[in-house]
Amino acid sequence: MFAPISIMTDMSKEMVLLIYFFIGIGFGFFLERGGLGNSKVMALQFYFRNMTVFKVMFTAIITGMTGLILLNAVGWLDLGSIYMNKSFLWPGIVGGLVMGVGFAVGGYCPGTSIVGLSTLKMDALFYILGSLFGMFIFGETVPYFEKFFKSGLMADNGTITIQKYFGMSSGLVAFIVIIIALLGFWGSEKVEKYFRDKETKNEIV
Amino acid sequence: MKKNIYSNPYLAGVGLGIVMLLAFTIIGTGLGASGAMMRTVVAVEKVVSQEHVDNNFYLAKYGGGDKNPLDFWLIFAILGTFAGGLISGALSGRLKKETNKGPRISIKKRWVFAFIGGALFGIGTKLARGCTSSVALCGGATLDLGSWIIMLCIFAGAYMTAYFVRKLWI
Repeated sequence: MFAPISIMTDMSKEMVLLIYFFIGIGFGFFLERGGLGNSKVMALQFYFRNMTVFKVMFTAIITGMTGLILLNAVGWLDLGSIYMNKSFLWPGIVGGLVMGVGFAVGGYCPGTSIVGLSTLKMDALFYILGSLFGMFIFGETVPYFEKFFKSGLMADNGTITIQKYFGMSSGLVAFIVIIIALLGFWGSEKVEKYFRDKETKNEIV
Repeated sequence: MKKNIYSNPYLAGVGLGIVMLLAFTIIGTGLGASGAMMRTVVAVEKVVSQEHVDNNFYLAKYGGGDKNPLDFWLIFAILGTFAGGLISGALSGRLKKETNKGPRISIKKRWVFAFIGGALFGIGTKLARGCTSSVALCGGATLDLGSWIIMLCIFAGAYMTAYFVRKLWI
């Protein structure tokens, strides 16, 4: 077992921050490469015209997931020591739905809006200002609904994995996720082709 | 031929997945963007009134007492994210001041809706304790049940809204 390296080796705080800066660079770089710094690319996901968001996201998820499971299986990584945010079911569901509305209206999510701004997208700037405003409103009002905010804790220690909840092996869950992703990729290509053909037809007529 | 200036999305996704895996193996946490934004908000509030921050359980968690809300790795990750986007955009000649929008809406209106959408996302992400990066990507890869539920809710919310705001995009 040698990972997470920072925990195993008592890495200095400055070193951790520096590494995070570089990891951030990789994150922003590939988001921009994939086209997720462009709100139009993002939003057209929700009209099935451009499935880039789904493709990038699910390729990343299955890559990360497979890597984690393999590293854990060969005993190099302790999955249990990876930090996860605690899951609270009810605010999670409501918050997720509200995020979805904001996504369709604003065309960005926080990470991609930073990438949008870095390539001079002016709509990303307004999105970020809006996000900061929304977070300010949340911070100011959350004491009034503290009980709801802390409702529905999903496990005693705060988080639970899919495999643990359903009593399956992580390999099986990963296999199912990969199958769903592959079917999703196949469907994405089909539906994009459908709208492309429709557009060309309209141009001819 | 449709001009596609961006990289193959599957390749970009593998790249993202490897970056995420590096974060997990080196530091032992995922990545996030909304946390850094919230910390920026609290930092400003702290300058205005320390007492106000101390008296709010949520704000105090970030900036109560001697705590500096900006002294946190998420801030460095988001600075890196900005730099990474800039590098990729510069390499591909995509650094161009513009506003992306649908054909049926003015630039000014797009800005207004970008602000509104951002505000909603900002509220939602704090309510759910994570955004698309931390919950959907990193929570997704770690097969965290709560994260998968939130991820599905994000997509459900967006698809349910899309029809009503179609004039913004198509």
